[in-house]
Amino acid sequence: MEAAAGGGCGSGPPLLLSEGEQQCYSELFARCAAAGAAGGGPGSGPPEAARAVPSAATAAAGPVADLFRASQLPAETLHQITELCGAKRVGYFGPTQFYIALKLIAAAQSGLPVRIESIKCELPLPRFLMSKTDAEIRFGNPTELHGTKVQIPYLITEKNTFKRMDDEDKQQETQSPTMSPLASPPSSPPHYQRVPLSHAYGKLRSNTEQMHPAPYEARQPLVQPEGPSSGAPGTKPPRHQASLIRSFSVEREPQDNNSNYPDEPWRITEEQREYYVNQFRSLQPDPSSFISGSVAKNFFTKSKLSIPELSYIWELSDADCDGALTLPEFCAAFHLIVARKNGYPLPEGLPPTLQTEYLQAAFPKPKRECALFDSYSESMPANQQPRDLNRMELSVKDMADFPVPTQDVTSDDKQGLKSTVDEALPKDVSEDPATSKDSNSLKARPRSRSYSSTSIEEAMKRGEDPPTPPPRPQKTHSRASSLDLNKVFQPSVPATKSGLLPPPPALPPRPCPSQSEQAPEAEIHPQLNRAPSQAAESSPAKKDIPYSQPPSKPIRRKFRPENPATENQDTSTAVGGPATAAAVKPHAAVQKQSSKQKKAIQTAIRKNKEANAVLARLNSELQQQLKEVHQERIALENQLEQLRPVTVL
Amino acid sequence: MNYPLYIRSAPTENELKFHYMVHTSLDVVDEKISAMGKALVDQRELYLGLLYPTEDYKVYGYVTNSKVKFVMVVDSSNTALRDNEIRSMFRKLHNSYTDVMCNPFYNPGDRIQSRAFDSMVTSMMIQVC
Repeated sequence: MEAAAGGGCGSGPPLLLSEGEQQCYSELFARCAAAGAAGGGPGSGPPEAARAVPSAATAAAGPVADLFRASQLPAETLHQITELCGAKRVGYFGPTQFYIALKLIAAAQSGLPVRIESIKCELPLPRFLMSKTDAEIRFGNPTELHGTKVQIPYLITEKNTFKRMDDEDKQQETQSPTMSPLASPPSSPPHYQRVPLSHAYGKLRSNTEQMHPAPYEARQPLVQPEGPSSGAPGTKPPRHQASLIRSFSVEREPQDNNSNYPDEPWRITEEQREYYVNQFRSLQPDPSSFISGSVAKNFFTKSKLSIPELSYIWELSDADCDGALTLPEFCAAFHLIVARKNGYPLPEGLPPTLQTEYLQAAFPKPKRECALFDSYSESMPANQQPRDLNRMELSVKDMADFPVPTQDVTSDDKQGLKSTVDEALPKDVSEDPATSKDSNSLKARPRSRSYSSTSIEEAMKRGEDPPTPPPRPQKTHSRASSLDLNKVFQPSVPATKSGLLPPPPALPPRPCPSQSEQAPEAEIHPQLNRAPSQAAESSPAKKDIPYSQPPSKPIRRKFRPENPATENQDTSTAVGGPATAAAVKPHAAVQKQSSKQKKAIQTAIRKNKEANAVLARLNSELQQQLKEVHQERIALENQLEQLRPVTVL
Repeated sequence: MNYPLYIRSAPTENELKFHYMVHTSLDVVDEKISAMGKALVDQRELYLGLLYPTEDYKVYGYVTNSKVKFVMVVDSSNTALRDNEIRSMFRKLHNSYTDVMCNPFYNPGDRIQSRAFDSMVTSMMIQVC
């Protein structure tokens, strides 16, 4: 059975693990993963996680290194092993890599050369000399064992095997036999990934339909979907979750690679995120708003966790301590609850992947952001111009309905804003953590709005500030068509995406991505005749766009072998006056970027203008309100003065 | 009724003595707030200042608008502690207390078990001692 499970490796040689090996390796992997997890979080997690799979996350480098050192192999051998198993290649110790590494260690310890071939044969288990305390620490205190019978026996199993390793330090053969009997829980090997969680799952299911840990559990098994899932035939939930697993495994990988955070259990997958958002909506239809304390309390109480725990979860997740949960806060709280129900002890502090900024950066949601942006824009004080421009572009759609500005939403706004920016600007999301951290500091009591959006500014800079009004969009199309005719048949350059830049006409040999081909082809026919006139139009448009690569355009034109529309060329050369040099190659690539940028800039400009108009209106309205309030205040003060003399006397 | 929501002492040998002192100081606090009865409530300062000095200790008091009392006992030998610092400490306590109150799972009148509150108090005490 387990042999089959072992077959589910990602890359690399197919691993055939015996039952004993499987168990040993999964324990070790879980230990390493656990030790590496944030805040010693999943202390009790490992017992089931180990079952649940070595799939849980990746083993952190630290514990893995310790483990390898404990194998008492020379350093260079360990280096070789690390390299061979592929950890260096992929950058982390996933289960596959870890298992291969363990096998290689076993091979090395048996005196075999460290090669991939070595692990194909039957090997004894690797030996590790570690202190007992280590294992105990790592396996910490299983806090709440919610009825999964696998947990306790498993813990004992682990400790026993570990003890054996320590004491014996030699007969690995005896190790496997000792481990097997100890691994009594019948379900263990085949179900090692699913059973504990499936128990929890079943329980939770009965508890409340609202708690849906399935996505969470399904997240656990990761990289080896086929193997383990095939090895877990028995129970329904596993099968059900197997499909989830497969779908999640794909998602998980990219997420792992993206993250800089080692705490896997605290990362929210897309599916989970969606689920949480739906739950949020059921409580509070407007995703940009927040859930009040009492509503959230009622909801979370259904999870049947104890009040002190819920209180603690709230404390962790309500970052701004306002007694209400915004969407990211809600997701974090929900995730913590799910984790807790699955047996993970609560962390000391909010894991980085659950923090508000991270959540918003990682999961931008269009509608919410627009709405958030709206409320933000209302209350926003004057900020730097570029920042405004960029922020504005997102709110275009919902500008019409301004929610009443509330103080509470300000922090949300900031966050929402950031997320909107992130989403809108296809540029660097990498800037977000930086901006997120900035906003974090802003969450002080006086929720100041000064928020630095480095990403926005940078994006703006990249996009260039359009000094002149952008060419009208239709022109771009027409331009595209105009340039094209001849080029259509030639391998053209990218840049059609925006439609702003006439698909750089013909870069004959240039490898052109389909994009450029599409647009020109589409427009060829209708625009055949309009080429000349459009050429004229396009040139001023071209002039308008201040790009760092204006030279490329004229150059490209020049490269057009046959160009009946000589006007085009003339105008283009006139426009592109300055630059004529440069190889076509760089321009090809550059062209794509510049066209994208152009498009982005132009849309940004449009939206900014609209936003400006709206804000101006808003401003005047607010001024009006301010005046009224002033007058009221003056009236009240007068009254007070009149009354005062009476009491004093 | 006056019962403690939260009590903590730094050197933990004579904890009971501190508990007793805090309890007796509650009377002094009550006395002070009732003394200002005639004035409008919002004119009353939250910070009550030195409640009474004993030979070894100084006791400071602070009361919130919801009649939640904070009492701080410091060593008399700690002369470096200025009034302003005491005020700021009380302010921090008050802020942390409001954070605790914001938690919907906290029932007013329960003992405070918030870890954030604990850590804040610990850091303050470390700072002073």
